[in-house]
Parts: sequence; C-alpha cells; structure tokens
Amino acid sequence: MLTLKGQGVSKGLAIGKVFYFDRTPVEIVRREVEDPTAEFARFEAAKASAIDELAALYERAVNTIGEKDAEIFSVHQMMLEDLDYCESIQGMIEGESVNAEFAVDATAELFAGMFASLDDPVMKARATDVRDISRRVIGILTGKRDTLIITEPSIVAADDLTPSETVTLDRSLLLGIVTSGGSANSHTAILSRTMGIPALISVQGLDETVHGRQAIIDSATGALYVEPDEETQTAFHARLEEFERQQILLHGLVGQDNVTLDGRRIDVFANIGSPADVPLVHKNDAGGVGLFRSEFLYLESTDYPTEESQYQAYKTVLEQMQGKKVVIRTLDIGADKQIGYFNLPKEENPALGFRAIRICLSRPEVFKTQLRALLRASVHGKLAVMFPMITSKSEVDEIKSIVAEVKDELKARGQAYSEDVEFGIMIETPAAAVISDVLAKEVDFFSVGTNDLTQYTLAADRQNANLDRFIDTHHEAVLRLIELAAKNIHAQGKWIGICGELGADTSLTRRFLEMGIDELSVSPSKVLEVRNMVRHIDLSKN
Amino acid sequence: MIQFDFTVTDPDGLHARPAGQLVKEAQQFKSSLSITKGEKTADLRRLFAVMGLAVKQNETVTIKAEGEDEQEAAAFIQKFLSDNF
Repeated sequence: MLTLKGQGVSKGLAIGKVFYFDRTPVEIVRREVEDPTAEFARFEAAKASAIDELAALYERAVNTIGEKDAEIFSVHQMMLEDLDYCESIQGMIEGESVNAEFAVDATAELFAGMFASLDDPVMKARATDVRDISRRVIGILTGKRDTLIITEPSIVAADDLTPSETVTLDRSLLLGIVTSGGSANSHTAILSRTMGIPALISVQGLDETVHGRQAIIDSATGALYVEPDEETQTAFHARLEEFERQQILLHGLVGQDNVTLDGRRIDVFANIGSPADVPLVHKNDAGGVGLFRSEFLYLESTDYPTEESQYQAYKTVLEQMQGKKVVIRTLDIGADKQIGYFNLPKEENPALGFRAIRICLSRPEVFKTQLRALLRASVHGKLAVMFPMITSKSEVDEIKSIVAEVKDELKARGQAYSEDVEFGIMIETPAAAVISDVLAKEVDFFSVGTNDLTQYTLAADRQNANLDRFIDTHHEAVLRLIELAAKNIHAQGKWIGICGELGADTSLTRRFLEMGIDELSVSPSKVLEVRNMVRHIDLSKN
Repeated sequence: MIQFDFTVTDPDGLHARPAGQLVKEAQQFKSSLSITKGEKTADLRRLFAVMGLAVKQNETVTIKAEGEDEQEAAAFIQKFLSDNF
C-alpha cells in the first residue's frame, strides 16, 4: 500500500480505479510502413472513432455549456472529413510509405501554417482547430490521449484540471479528484464541492505510476491510499456504509420544508458554477439557485464570450429551474481568478486590487454585454442579478445607470426583457456591511460572501497558507457585521442571504436563524444537511 | 454554367458551422461548384479551402455551378446562403 498525503478540499469518500491524466506530449516519429494501404485503413478507422467521439462530446456539451459553445465539436467533425485534409494524409501515407501518425501530424502543421499565415484572428483560431482534430486522431492511433475521457467509474488524477478539461468529462463516472497542484479555490475544488465528491489537492508524490491502480480517497485526513491493504479497506468500507446511511437519511428530507421546531422558515438554495450543475440542484431539492457564478463562461473560452453564448447559458438555467429563483452573479474575476485575454496587470496586492465590479465598471463594454444577455434571458424564468465587491453607494448608482442604458438598448432593438428582475449586491467588504442602511434603500436584496468578508475583516489573505491559524472563520467581528447588515436590510423591508462557505457550516445555522437571515445558499450536496439542521433547531429554547 | 453573386450579411461572416453544412450539402451534387472572393477561388466541397477565403460581413462572393445538375445546385446553394448568412 502506498499512502500519499494532500489537502482535502471537498468532503467525501471514494474508492475506485485511478485514471491519471497525462499531459506529456506524444512524440511523433517518422517510420516507414510496409503496407501503406493497411496504414491508410488504420487512419480511416481512427478518423471514424474521432468523429464518433466528437459526436458524443457535442451531445454532452449541448447540455452543459449550451448549443452555441458546443458547436465547435460539430465543426471539428466536419473538418475531419475535409477532402484536402484527408487527401494530404492519404498522399503522404501512400506516396511516401510513412506511418499514419506522422502523416496526420505533418498535414496538421501544413494546414495550421497556412491558416496562421492569413493574418486574421478568425483564421488563427482555425489553425488551432486543425491541430486539435489532428491531436485527437493521433491520440486514438497511439492510445496516448491528451483529452480527458473516462469510460469507467474513475478517480481522476492530474497535476491540475482546467475548466475546459472538465467540461467534457462524464460526471456520472467521476468518483473523486486528486491533483498534485491546485488551490482550495481552484476550479477542481469548486467542481468537486458542487458535485459532492471528494477531492485532494497538493498531493505530494502524485505521478503517472498511480494510473490504473485501485485507490481510496479520504478527504478528512487528506490521504490517498493506493492499492490499500485489507485493514484499510475494511475500515474504509465501514465508514462508507455509515456515510451512505447518512445520505439515505438526508434524502428522506426531499420535499420537506426548511422550518425550525418552533416554526421559523428559511430558504435553502444552491450555489452552482454552470448549467451542468442544475440536475444536482433538483436532486438535492434546493428551493432555487442562490449563486450562479457566471465566471465559468469566461474561464472556459479563449476570448470574451459573446452575448448570444451567455444568453443561451442563462436561459438554460432559468428554464431548467422552472420558475424557481435564480440569482446570477455578474463577472467576478481578478485576485485568485485570472483570465488571460483580459490582460489584467500584475498586482502587488490583488485581493485589494482590480477585481470583480471594479473591472466591470472600468470596462463597461464587457459589463454591458453580460447585462444584455442577462436581461434577455430574464423572460425565461425568475431572475435576480447580483453584483460583487461593492464598497459604496456611488458604485451602485453607476451600475443602475448602466442597467438603464442596457434596457434602452434592448428596447431600441425590440428585444424583450422582464421588468421583475431583482437587483442585489454582495456583502463582501466591511464597508458594504457598515453602510448597509444606505445601500438597502438602493437595491432589492443582499447576499453575504463570507470568504471575502472574512479575509477583508481580518486583514488576512486567504490564499496565504501561513495565515491559516489567524483566519478564524467564526470570528465575532465577521458575525457581527452580518448581524448589523441583516438588521439594516430588514429595516428597509429587503431580504438578505448568505452564499459563502459559512452558510453551509451547520454549527452556525442557529446563529443565522437568530439574526433573521432569509436565505442560505450552499453547495447542492449540502442542501439537505442544512435542512436537517434547521429542522432540529428550536429558537424558543436555548 | 450558372453564376451568381452573394453578399454576406451575417455579422460573423461565413462562419464555421453553417459553412460546414454548406460543404456537406454541396457534395450531393454532380456539378462542379466553386466560390470566389476577389482573386481567390475555392472548391465548395472543401471546407478548409472555403474557410481559407475568410469571408466577412458585407463581402461579396461569386458562386459558379457547372455540370448536369447545375440549375438545381445553384438554386439550392443560393437558398442556403440567404437562409444562413
């Protein structure tokens, strides 16, 4: 048995075969083949498998990222059938008796070079496409894949995973994730928390040798047991049974209300990161979506996402939520979430820097594209829009005038939007909490982002591992700020929720109920746990 | 031979997916089909060649059809272009 240590970032237990995602590039060697006809048939077979794979990816991507962004997989299928491309490969194999891998690679470079020389951004993207389709065929030919595809229930291991790598992943087969790199706020960590599967990051000594071996993830201790001995397996199975018993018990609460023994109700909503998470929201019986992080749209693309692709994603979520409330947070990047094409300057102190609403207000064209997409989608369900990182009333004024401009633009274009959209702001800075009496007159609702509120209140960077012992997530200063905000907001007849990690901390549920918090928004996998806690609390007794 | 001009009104130009469908459809005809922009001409059955023309909004292309089913092919392509671009 090999024991590797890492840091658990998402709770849970898993046992299964490890799939190590190896990104080392395949080296392509030119070989002479004896039977060029058979070699060309090998290419034809690999091409057919690649087209099948792309068809399956297209189907899956339509459901996860929407039709517009899924199109690329359909275009790739058509590209693989391009006559010039195939004839070039055939010519090399049959004319020069070279191996199929070499012919595909050489053809890819030939075509990519041609597109790249056209000096047109769209054509440069085509160069990437040619290389992409060729890599897929070469992967099939060599059996060495550089796209993450699992075909059986697996624990996925890698150095780190990017959003575009996980978008095509068959989630029903994903048992857990272990990475040698990553951070607690990385895409991997958020995805696994949303799905309620275990994840470990910073796993020391994790490499390709774990591929294909049986392993156990214990996120409570941060251990990965590779080829666990019998004792470990027995202990694990006992815990797994207990965990599953608990899950069954919790699922008995589906359809029940979030109400305390003495009759106080609270909404329990779910946090999601993409339309693909909506089935989990339903499965765990959340009352709505309390936080839809719109960043995924930006993180997944290589350029600013278009109004249309955003509209499709928002519309998908609103429709699938069937009239239940969906709170979508506008772009929240900067600090620990960087996107290449935004070309953000490097900062000494990014947490106190150019991020979230500050970027949106400085680049109104990016902000307006998102607002147009949101407003257009508003006719498909019950939408609420939330703005991150607010510190003052003037920012809210500025946002309101931009929203009014966007509405005028839509009217001029003859495009419909709903007038019932609620607008709210996040309380992530002590400033917003302190002036919540002023802000409460300006917007419809508030949601507390506890991770940032804690970092700013305690002046402790949450990315800095040396500060862990100074970050008391239950610090009275943070709780009092939330309490103050709740009082001010209720005085204006508005509602307040909590969408940060603290919302799922059941040791604080009672305190939040006492403050009169109206809504808790947590990972889908935590909804029933919070409901269970609410149903055991009696506020009339101490 | 039949020949006609078409001006692309789609803001994205002759973009990838419908271009791919157009190429696929073109393959069902027996006539030779070509698309010309300025000095460059591409076989309408070849996707990368068509994409290589980099046709943008407000640009005009010339379509030529020559062969036994040229009437039918030209009519079909003309409709496809105006429906999609």
